[in-house]
Amino acid sequence: MADLSSIFVGIRSPNPFWLASAPPTDKAYNVNRAFEAGWGGVVWKTVGEAGPPIVNVSGPRYGALHTSNRTLVGFNNIELITDRPLDVNLHEVREVKRAWPDRALVVSIMVPCAEEAWKSILPMVEDTGCDGIELNFGCPHGMSERGMGSAVGQVPEYVEQVTRWCKAYSRLPVIVKLTPNITNILHPARAAKQGGADAVSLINTITSIMGVDLDTFSPSPSVDGKASHGGYCGPAVKPIALNMVAAIARDPECAGMAISGIGGISTWRDAAEYMALGAGNVQVCTAAMVYGFKIVEDMIDGLNNWMDSKSYRRIDAFSAKAVPNFVSWEKLNLNYTVKARIDQSLCIKCGRCHIACEDTSHQAITLARNGVRHFEVIDAECVGCNLCVEVCPVEHCITLLELPVGALDTRTGHAVGSYANWETHPNNPASGHAVAQSPATAK
Amino acid sequence: MSDSAPDIDVAGGRLPRESYARNFGDTFPPLTAHQAQVESDRCYFCYDAPCVTACPTGIDIPSFIRKIATGNIKGSARDILDENIMGAVCARVCPTEVLCEGACVRETAEAKPVAIGALQRYATDWLFDHNIQLFERGAATGKRVAVVGGGPAGLSCAHRLAMAGHAVTAFEARDKLGGLNEYGIAAYKVAGDIAQHEIDYLLAIGGIETRLGQVLGRDVTLDDLRQDYDAVFLGLGLGGVQALGLDAESLAGVHNAVDFIAQLRQADELAALPIGRRVVVIGGGMTAIDIATQARLLGAEEVTIVYRRGPEQMGASRNEQEWAQTNGVGIRHWARPLRLLRAGERVSGVEFETTQLDFGGHLVAAAHRFVLDADMVFKAIGQTFDGAPVASTADTLAFVDGRLAVDAERKTSLPNVWAGGDCVAGGKDLTVVAVQDGKLAAIAIDRRLRA
Repeated sequence: MADLSSIFVGIRSPNPFWLASAPPTDKAYNVNRAFEAGWGGVVWKTVGEAGPPIVNVSGPRYGALHTSNRTLVGFNNIELITDRPLDVNLHEVREVKRAWPDRALVVSIMVPCAEEAWKSILPMVEDTGCDGIELNFGCPHGMSERGMGSAVGQVPEYVEQVTRWCKAYSRLPVIVKLTPNITNILHPARAAKQGGADAVSLINTITSIMGVDLDTFSPSPSVDGKASHGGYCGPAVKPIALNMVAAIARDPECAGMAISGIGGISTWRDAAEYMALGAGNVQVCTAAMVYGFKIVEDMIDGLNNWMDSKSYRRIDAFSAKAVPNFVSWEKLNLNYTVKARIDQSLCIKCGRCHIACEDTSHQAITLARNGVRHFEVIDAECVGCNLCVEVCPVEHCITLLELPVGALDTRTGHAVGSYANWETHPNNPASGHAVAQSPATAK
Repeated sequence: MSDSAPDIDVAGGRLPRESYARNFGDTFPPLTAHQAQVESDRCYFCYDAPCVTACPTGIDIPSFIRKIATGNIKGSARDILDENIMGAVCARVCPTEVLCEGACVRETAEAKPVAIGALQRYATDWLFDHNIQLFERGAATGKRVAVVGGGPAGLSCAHRLAMAGHAVTAFEARDKLGGLNEYGIAAYKVAGDIAQHEIDYLLAIGGIETRLGQVLGRDVTLDDLRQDYDAVFLGLGLGGVQALGLDAESLAGVHNAVDFIAQLRQADELAALPIGRRVVVIGGGMTAIDIATQARLLGAEEVTIVYRRGPEQMGASRNEQEWAQTNGVGIRHWARPLRLLRAGERVSGVEFETTQLDFGGHLVAAAHRFVLDADMVFKAIGQTFDGAPVASTADTLAFVDGRLAVDAERKTSLPNVWAGGDCVAGGKDLTVVAVQDGKLAAIAIDRRLRA
């Protein structure tokens, strides 16, 4: 059995699976159930200043994107931060932490971007005995219009300033939650680092409209015929989040700052991928909201079995292992050559590889041979684009076969060369070996 | 139990009254909207799809299924009816396991094809439920076409001709249109009077005049029709029944399966229909399955199909055979009737001899004989085309294997006569093939009339 225990910015938890700050972590009842189910930690749903409670809509606050078989792949919400009084939340945090001393309990905070506001709430939060704080600089709806949430996260200077206040007025580890609704995630990430953040967590939700009701012409989720943008999350955002996590993980300026990965994590496999790209732990919300807390059982069990199969005894053994392999395009080996291969014993003859290639790509897959329905790759046309692999309904039926160095690529008529990238490519004007010339220099 | 011999038991009302509606209701309930959504999502939207190739009418199946998935049910129904105007009945009666569903790549992949028939029924039921007429008669051409036979072939031809603007007169020998859809198919496959609903929908296009009770050769002749109309389509069906070739075949209690099924289909009161306690069915096609299963559903206690060859040679598909067995029908393969046993003037049983193939592959008698007691015996060993009504024509119609010879466009040897359905050579005795015959003939007739 591998050891799944996690120490993230000094916070211990029996496994790296935390529930993200969101509806599932809004009150003691839910959090107790989560801990009973086995979750390693919880980021308590964002608390705000004391005062009149937050007001939520009483119409729908969630919307979803489904595949045609109604698997939920994307999710959005227009819920605000907790709508329960601050003192009630803090009281419950204290009670829960006392009852579950081995679990991580982090409190998410969002107050106005003013030093006094942070200075006054931080001691109250710290007094609960919680393990850390997460600064909600990510929420893109409702609060951002009031100068909080992503309105802060989109301004690196604010990120740095508030982080600095939190480090000054609290002894707790500070995790800065980032919004993806920016051009380059490195700017707020570096600002958090500058401000002294122990970690960043990302991504928060992406601004979104889920659809339009074609009878009423209200976008959705519709509140009395109107809709505002919400925050989008769930499996569909995972690729976006992975890219941002990896960008921070490989950034020298962010080195030493921990990352808590968030975005569409539903399985142990998703979690392992995030950790391989540099996340120290992961946070989950949508999958729990769709299936309930029990999913953590397989996340723990599956990660354990996979680690055993790879002889990884601790999470450190594979964490960030994929980061060195995340490179910019110009470092890719342009001589690496693959050809699609269709396993005829698995082919069910649906023809989708053929029509995808024929209509939209390189006309490299046959429809028939000797008048009989037959799908086979024409190497002389195949550029190895992977489209057929992805559209085939049968997993592993179509694979990409690597041509060894020296083998003839019948498409180009040349032998496959050894590693060479764009930086040294003769067609790259900046390579120093340029052969492509402008008319002005051609003469 | 009005039989002379005391041990013969033929009676109606064998079952509690409420059993009849259940037994003769839908074999399989229609898909719910949720089921249709889930099932439609299973379609891979194949390119040059094998299911389409396997459909005699060439319905664009991936397209109609995708339209169900996207909520465009009207478009889905249009895809179906454009190619097969009797798509609602075909959805219920086609042997899909050997046609579209047999070719489905999901059958290859996981031995569980997309339920194409059930989805086709979903779309066409939706259309009928919403009373949406998709077709309108084309601008009148002034041309007149006679269609003889109001079964699937004739009605398909008539509809397609009406779409093209020709004036159609449909002659039907019986007092109801529909042919085998109305008289020949097992009742539980076409519950809810779907055959007549479909005909109503089809005729609503206008331009099709129907003349019922008109028998070719008696009330009208082919020569007259050829003179009075610009073209003639013959969708005559099969009027004759193969005989067993045994003595005393006219004994009371020995029936043609097709006649009994027609009687059953038209019965107002199924409980009033007399059925034997012990029933023997001789034959191996769909008709044998239909009569045997329905005999059980009417309350017969012992029903045995006896077929002279093995299960692979039966005309009825494996699914059909299993359906009968599920309903308590026994099937005995490799046996053929030797003689009918009698009790007074009624049949009381059949003596069979077992059969086998000799080294040359010929069917020969094997060593054993056995007797099955029977209160009723049904003959279901095939039907024959009765060529007499068309034989009197001045020109000669060409025949192949006892049925009308037609070309690829379903034209007969006569210049202005087309034919389709079970009466033509080379068919498969399937509703869906008859519909395609009628469609192809109408397209050819239209082209000829416009030339």
